[in-house]
Amino acid sequence: MPEGDGNSTNAARTCDLRLPIRASEDIVRMRHAVREHAVALGFSLVDQTKLVTAASELARNTLIYGGGGEAELTALRIGERRGLRLEFVDRGPGIADVQQAMQDGFTTGTGLGLGLGGARRLANDFRIESTPGRGTRVMILRWR
Amino acid sequence: MPSADPPRFSDLVAANEATLLADWMKQQKAARGTRLDLLGESELEDQSRRFLRAFRTALATGDLDDVSQPAWSDVRDFLREVSRSRALQGLKPAETALFVFSLKQPLFALLRGALGNATDRLALDTWQISTLLDQLGLFTMEAYQQTREEIIVRQQQELLELSTPVVQLWDRILALPLVGTLDSSRTQVVMESLLERIVATGSEIAIIDITGVPTVDTLVAQHLLKTIAATRLMGADCIISGIRPQIAQTIVHLGVDLGTVVTKATLADAFAVALKRTRDAAVSAQRDPTT
Amino acid sequence: MDRIPILKMGEYLLVTIQVDMHDQLALALQEDLTERINRERAAGVLIDISSLDVVDSFIGRMIGNIAAMARVLDANTVVTGMRPAVAITLVELGLSLEGVHTALNVERGMALLRKKVAARNA
Repeated sequence: MPEGDGNSTNAARTCDLRLPIRASEDIVRMRHAVREHAVALGFSLVDQTKLVTAASELARNTLIYGGGGEAELTALRIGERRGLRLEFVDRGPGIADVQQAMQDGFTTGTGLGLGLGGARRLANDFRIESTPGRGTRVMILRWR
Repeated sequence: MPSADPPRFSDLVAANEATLLADWMKQQKAARGTRLDLLGESELEDQSRRFLRAFRTALATGDLDDVSQPAWSDVRDFLREVSRSRALQGLKPAETALFVFSLKQPLFALLRGALGNATDRLALDTWQISTLLDQLGLFTMEAYQQTREEIIVRQQQELLELSTPVVQLWDRILALPLVGTLDSSRTQVVMESLLERIVATGSEIAIIDITGVPTVDTLVAQHLLKTIAATRLMGADCIISGIRPQIAQTIVHLGVDLGTVVTKATLADAFAVALKRTRDAAVSAQRDPTT
Repeated sequence: MDRIPILKMGEYLLVTIQVDMHDQLALALQEDLTERINRERAAGVLIDISSLDVVDSFIGRMIGNIAAMARVLDANTVVTGMRPAVAITLVELGLSLEGVHTALNVERGMALLRKKVAARNA
């Protein structure tokens, strides 16, 4: 992870917007927030859609498998480059086998199992950190 | 570096604004890089006057070391505007920065006149003003760069659109004749616009003709396949035409699976297939009794 | 909770999804549609998604489930109006919507449904 501290419960991280993911309405609210941020940063329509869709997948994972958590949105401005970073954190059971979880079609629930792999395909950068018993943090990033 | 006594600079500039402007105009007109042919003298004078006003106001805040501070935001905005318009007019970067750098001499002259024999003071202040203007000049160059980049991106987009027109061959049938080598990003842009045109024209079949494409690599082949998949999700379909033997070889060699995608040797063949399909669809819709 | 309205047009059912659905709403739609297909002995279902600017795997699965249940009840499903950005994203996501017919708009979708039903009855 960017700050490299391995601690997925670091509340001191800074971000532009932190949203709770505790109910399915929160997923919708978060989708809108991501769309707004992406539009403001000047992303193309297709890229906006990819970001919102990836965010929806990851937020649902946070809710259903992570027992609820938070989404953190951060706008990135490096020189003229613009990007949006999204992080999804939970303190749930964690993922024992990340490799397996990333495979398309794999699911421990009733979903399609496309969430993690799909989110990675839709983003430019993807990172996942999970400790069984502690929680999970997934980060995706897209440059304009 | 100690800041100059705040009122000093800005008061000096305020009290001598007219002379300063005249002197500065003289400098600009004498400089080789000032493009009066493109700018026009009265416009240049107007810009210079407005800059001096903003400059004076920023000086009055007393912060002379760092132009990225809020006190200088109006000056920066103005310089951004000036750089932008000059970039659009086709001036070179140095010609654009000259606007700021040519103000040095007049300011030094002003200082010399005011400080006369206080040489230490004069040296310090001269240095400070010079550094300040250097920062502003550099800022101007950066703003210019940004505009140039935006222009280039826009031109690329326009070229792309011009070089890959989507043609409506018939009711509900589009053709996209691709010409030249396809790179990944170009293919993406082209494919996205094809999908938009499909929706806009209500076309059910898009013929992607690659007769004019010398080679296809894996990435481009993947994009093509993804575009076809997206087209089908939307409720339309694609036919690929113009696959020459070399490309056919490449496709097989790359292990790309065309699956259920229909391919035809020529655009004409593809059109015939498309016509039949759309006609069949229309006919069977007529045959059914409406509920 | 508001539920998404289902219109009956002859032997077909028509649904227009115009809101960004939260999960419960989507599940309710799935239930309602299945129940209506059964009750009305519908020959086909048309789901128009031209207002949706996002379709994720949950919605994708909902659509797939509806189509599967419809098929069991001998009805066809057509999804209409998918936007280009959504289609491109779904392809990247890896969602294929198997067993679901698609059409550009409601008009073409109804024509397709009638064609399917006629073929079935032939």
